[in-house]
Amino acid sequence: MALRIGCVAPPGRALDNKTGAWRVFKPVFDPETCSKCGMCTTVCPEGCVRETEEGTFEPDLDYCKGCGICEEVCPKKSIRMEKEEK
Amino acid sequence: MLEFMEGSHAVAEIVKRCRPQVIAAYPITPQTHIVEDLAQMVANCEIDAEYITVESEFSALSACLGASAAGSRVYSATTSQGLALMFEVCFNAAGMRQPIVMTIANRSLGAPLSIWNDQQDSISLRDSGWLQFYAQDNQETADLHMIAYKVCEDHDVLLPAFVCFDGFILSHTYEPVSLPTQEEVDAYLPAFNPYQRLDAAAPLSFGMYATPEYYTEFRYEIDQALYRAKDAFVRAGREFGEQFGRDYSALVEGYRLEDADTALVAMGSICGTAKDAVDEMRAAGRKVGLLNIRMFRPFPAQEIADALKGVSTVAVLDKNISLGSGGAVGTEVKAALYGSGISVYDYIIALGGRDVRKRDIAAVVDLAEKGEGDMFYGLRTEVL
Amino acid sequence: MTAAELIAFAAFEGGVFSQAFPAFGVERRGAPVQAFVRFSDEKIRLRSQVYEPDYIIVQDPTLIGDVDVFMGMEAGGIAIINTEKPDFDAMVPKGVKVYAIDATTIALEELGVPITNTTLMGAFAAATGEIQLEPLEHALRSRFSGSMADKNVRAAERAYNLVGGAA
Ligand code: SF4
Ligand code: SF4
Repeated sequence: MALRIGCVAPPGRALDNKTGAWRVFKPVFDPETCSKCGMCTTVCPEGCVRETEEGTFEPDLDYCKGCGICEEVCPKKSIRMEKEEK
Repeated sequence: MLEFMEGSHAVAEIVKRCRPQVIAAYPITPQTHIVEDLAQMVANCEIDAEYITVESEFSALSACLGASAAGSRVYSATTSQGLALMFEVCFNAAGMRQPIVMTIANRSLGAPLSIWNDQQDSISLRDSGWLQFYAQDNQETADLHMIAYKVCEDHDVLLPAFVCFDGFILSHTYEPVSLPTQEEVDAYLPAFNPYQRLDAAAPLSFGMYATPEYYTEFRYEIDQALYRAKDAFVRAGREFGEQFGRDYSALVEGYRLEDADTALVAMGSICGTAKDAVDEMRAAGRKVGLLNIRMFRPFPAQEIADALKGVSTVAVLDKNISLGSGGAVGTEVKAALYGSGISVYDYIIALGGRDVRKRDIAAVVDLAEKGEGDMFYGLRTEVL
Repeated sequence: MTAAELIAFAAFEGGVFSQAFPAFGVERRGAPVQAFVRFSDEKIRLRSQVYEPDYIIVQDPTLIGDVDVFMGMEAGGIAIINTEKPDFDAMVPKGVKVYAIDATTIALEELGVPITNTTLMGAFAAATGEIQLEPLEHALRSRFSGSMADKNVRAAERAYNLVGGAA
């Protein structure tokens, strides 16, 4: 495939590059205890914590790097880091 | 028809007739008269262009880059520290392959602060992927703007260009210039036909991320486009000659080189003084000629080697210094003539506005013929 | 610079190639500046400053003494000096003809402002014969409009006749 002049492409191509593969721990969110404060999505360095229709939150594990910051800040202790089986 | 006008005004007038749709520039001496004139023309509705006022040169060229990607013909002008502030955007504009035309009213770079002329500014951007044209008088300055748009927008090229003219020496000089009419410019330069453009309905990103698997190939393609610009320039220059009677089909211009033993090599307005000096030396029986490099990027190495075939000595006048290495033009001329047996000497001259007289040119020829060169010419050793 | 530009423009209107440029530096009204003009029957390629002038115009006489305004002039040269009291003979090189003219007073009377460019242009034209009255007037009328054009033409003509009478 010939290169496109000016390295031009439709936007959103960075999503093709899934960056979560090297994680050791993954966050597990408990919607039952979640207070919907939104701290987890604010601090996530990957910007991969999304709000669900219920107003609680969940990580996009395609991009989550398992850093645990969300667990650290969650005031309700609703997030638990769990060793991932690969 | 010849008209008597200031160099900067000639630039503004010809830019107007090239019909840019977006102009963004930040005023800086000695470029100011150009952008003042253009701002006035936009305010008077003489040009149907958007004039974007910006807070810095970085913003000026960024605005041009975006406007160009959106499919507009754009124009900017700067010099010296202003161009230095554009450094990053210059590389992006070339990499994104946007045919922006920018006038450089050549000026030295600080420190020490100097508002006067040399060619350090544009030459320092020689690796950025912009085409670089150098004008020897204000007629050429005006003509080269039209040619620049034509070459840059050629789909074989798609690159930005500097049209360089010496600050003050040309920008502030009043002399006769013949400007084509709007109809004549329109006949030579058709409306901009973008190769691809930003469109909200079909979004695109320009200049994306290239991994190590692709970066080299993108750089290779930019380099190839620069070489294709040589042919595009020859075509556009010939066409210009056919329409206006002033031929620019050569990347280098020889003056009295036919049987010359010694050749001067130079760029820009110093060529005028050098031609007068050559005439005087010829009248005194000395076989001296001049080669004017009209296009510095892409570098016309083969054309230079062909033009200088018969000479034994070459003296390059460098109005810049690649600190720690020598003059940029001299270095490249030496490479172009490598293995030819011709002795090439480089002279750093006319930095920071130091005036050059015919006798200085003759003195350089004397030095070269004695085998003394690769030096700063006319150093005032008494102040060192 | 304006005087230099106008003189070069008038010469161009008179049918020769001409060139005018400032001694590149500060562009502030009142700052001491030099500007240069060349005329030629052929296209002018030379870009260096003028070191051996055939003619000089001194707009401000207080410069005389501070700088050698006659530097590089040879016999046969002509100097036009704006001054009320022409008493600087000692400095004038041999063979240089000096026309002293009180251009400031003429400018004040004709234009109402002490801007001497057009007055000195008239004096230059008469003293050197390089520019005829007709292209001079044409140059002024294309640079100025309405009553300003008339006033400047009058100032130039007055100086032209004054110097012409003395020549
Ligand atoms: S573990 Fe880190 S990367 Fe993953 S969701 Fe929590 S904050 Fe984001
Ligand atoms: S930080 Fe904890 S409580 Fe707050 S929204 Fe996230 S998961 Fe729920």
